[in-house]
Amino acid sequence: PLRTRCCAPSAVTPAMNCRAEVLEVSVEGRQVEEAMLAVLHTVLLHRSTGKFHYKKEGTYSIGTVGTQDVDCDFIDFAYVRVSSEELDRALRKAVGEFKDALRNSGSDGMGQISLEFYQKKKSRWPFSDECIPWELWTIKVNVVNLANEQERQICREKVGEKLCEKIINIVEVMNRHEYLPKMPTQSEVDNVFDTSLKDVQPYLYKISYQITDSLGTSVTTTMRRLIKDTLAL
Amino acid sequence: AMDTDLSSQDRKDLDKFIKFFALKTVQVIVQARLGEKICTRSSSSPTGSDWFNLAIKDIPEVTHEAKKALAGQLPAVGRSMCVEISLKTSEGDSMELEIWCLEMNEKCDKEIKVSYTVYNRLSLLLKSLLAITRVTPAYRLSRKQGHEYVILYRIYFGEVQLSGLGEGFQTVRVGTVGTPVGTITLSCAYRINLAFMSTRQFERTPPIMGIIIDHFVDRPYPSSSPMHPCNYRAGEDNGAVYPSVEDSQEVCTTSFSTSPPSQCVFTVTRAHFQTPPPVVTDTLKVPVMGLAFSHQLSSSRLSYQPAALGVGSADMGYPVLFAGGLNAAHPHQLMGPGKDGGVPPVPSQPAHGTQADQERMCTPLDGVHYSAATPSSSEDTETVSNSSEGKCGSPHDLLETIFIRKVGAFVNKPINQVTMANLDIPFAMFAPKNVELEDNDPMVNPPDSPETESPLQGSLHSEGSSGSSTGNTHDDFVMIDFKPAFSKDDILPMDLGTFYREFQNPPQLSSLSIDIGAQSMAEDLDSLPEKLAVHEKNVKEFDAFVETLQ
Repeated sequence: PLRTRCCAPSAVTPAMNCRAEVLEVSVEGRQVEEAMLAVLHTVLLHRSTGKFHYKKEGTYSIGTVGTQDVDCDFIDFAYVRVSSEELDRALRKAVGEFKDALRNSGSDGMGQISLEFYQKKKSRWPFSDECIPWELWTIKVNVVNLANEQERQICREKVGEKLCEKIINIVEVMNRHEYLPKMPTQSEVDNVFDTSLKDVQPYLYKISYQITDSLGTSVTTTMRRLIKDTLAL
Repeated sequence: AMDTDLSSQDRKDLDKFIKFFALKTVQVIVQARLGEKICTRSSSSPTGSDWFNLAIKDIPEVTHEAKKALAGQLPAVGRSMCVEISLKTSEGDSMELEIWCLEMNEKCDKEIKVSYTVYNRLSLLLKSLLAITRVTPAYRLSRKQGHEYVILYRIYFGEVQLSGLGEGFQTVRVGTVGTPVGTITLSCAYRINLAFMSTRQFERTPPIMGIIIDHFVDRPYPSSSPMHPCNYRAGEDNGAVYPSVEDSQEVCTTSFSTSPPSQCVFTVTRAHFQTPPPVVTDTLKVPVMGLAFSHQLSSSRLSYQPAALGVGSADMGYPVLFAGGLNAAHPHQLMGPGKDGGVPPVPSQPAHGTQADQERMCTPLDGVHYSAATPSSSEDTETVSNSSEGKCGSPHDLLETIFIRKVGAFVNKPINQVTMANLDIPFAMFAPKNVELEDNDPMVNPPDSPETESPLQGSLHSEGSSGSSTGNTHDDFVMIDFKPAFSKDDILPMDLGTFYREFQNPPQLSSLSIDIGAQSMAEDLDSLPEKLAVHEKNVKEFDAFVETLQ
């Protein structure tokens, strides 16, 4: 099968002081999307703020982040996400591509999806801006095939419980209050935050995935850059 | 490092942050146990009233209770704010599920910036709380509450008491935030052995209604340790209607609009509201009747009013279910009489026990009823054997059913939204109604989804905070987004969405109710040996029949 490679892959390997967290889940094929969304949304809930409004003298006010409950259809699980349709759409698109790639890869159903938070460091011409990751979340997925309805029912519950554990893990990491980019000035805000959304402001992030094919080799596909000016330079 | 004293401004700010953090913590926890999905909007323009830059609604009663519990104090070393979540069955058994603890320890971080870092970390901690409240076992229980049990909350301040959680309870830490005066810690201790819940003992498989005979055998009430007395006393001013409730009547009148179709919409309650059902358990020690109702806001499935009658102790639990539109004008009334009349309102003052003594009441649920307990006995609830007591009627014997139509969010209307329907008539709710509010009824004309401002919105006012979701109106209520699949036109009455919602949660079949079921089940079981003998005799015929089918 053809594996597309779009743009130069960003540094999926973390930089020296980028903290990296790895989560692993085993799910049924139809649970992949919801499980990924649950994890990604939980991370982004913690890594999004309200929109900044800069005022004079360098002060700024912050908009309000709303939240909403999401029930999963294929997993006995519910999670909270930021109330932002744009963000939800972006994540769904990314996760959808990951799911399709998993399905079509002909692999034994193993892959991983990564959510990387980075800062941009402007460089002088002719060098392009650097993207410096500061936090990397990797979710390793193992897709299982189940034989009958009873197993599926058990899987619903089990995966639900597992996801509860993952949420607790994520919250533990968030609570460590480790490095976060400094709150930027107005001129720097686009180097730290994704300001393209109209209602919330997540830290700059990108999502990529790898599918492990049956030979064990992995192909990196950078799926989507959600910052405006990646290619604009 | 040099100890820098906290400036007085910083100190004031910090105290304010901690106070509002505590209040918001309570809101998040209680709202997460309402049994409904919560949805608030993001707003890019700061309104200045959303603490910690998060859209968390303030349910006035909850704020009131929290403030009462705190009594002007802040969490400090040895003085923690605890939110206890417990479950109470329709038969009066209750059990603590979780204790959420907001504590302060002595570890100070003198260097940290109050107005900036502490504030943002508190915001992060609230987000973590939002996430964690959905992953403890009580969340799923609370989403299914309404018929067999309800979820209650209780706020207390002081020493944390975890003994009611049973053995082997687990703890999850939500997070910590260091401040110059101490480190704030938020955690949850939760019971784990509730995977199987029966109406009597929570370690057994759940009974299927009416089939398990020993369901009706009197068993001693499983005693749990007495509730920790909390600092505030509610007994004396039990009768008082606190101003905040009055003020927030408008808030109380409105209810959450329907949840997505997976949740039931209509509450079918069996009403026999001569007097409130007296229930005394060891978790509810004060006459909480009036207060209980005043703490009920909308819920799609409130069909049960837990209430306790008893005097003296200050412990109380509040039903986390919120019944829509139920307590507008009279916070102590459960149901307004409605324009149709017929449903006697709950008396506004619960009897302090004496009246309860004489009454045998049906609770709305399943015809299970409670015997009155003497006010002073808090431990022994005479939970009733349904088959032996004079029944006040199985759920479907009752002639009257009240459908509580949930008023959509933001609709500012009186509570007389009660539609009476006789259960005997199929599709009773489609019968011509006397309620004239069909046109205004958001059940029929649901408000728009949160993205647009609904023309039905009134503005709500709560004590101080204004919502931020739409620029002009003050939404103090969370919006529930509901869009039934395939339903497109919400203007017509009885569109698919309404139909779906109305029949989402039909009342129990009478044959499955405990009372009728018990009797007939006993008879059935008695007759089983006979039946079996007959079948065995005819086994050849049956076999031949099966052959013909193959």
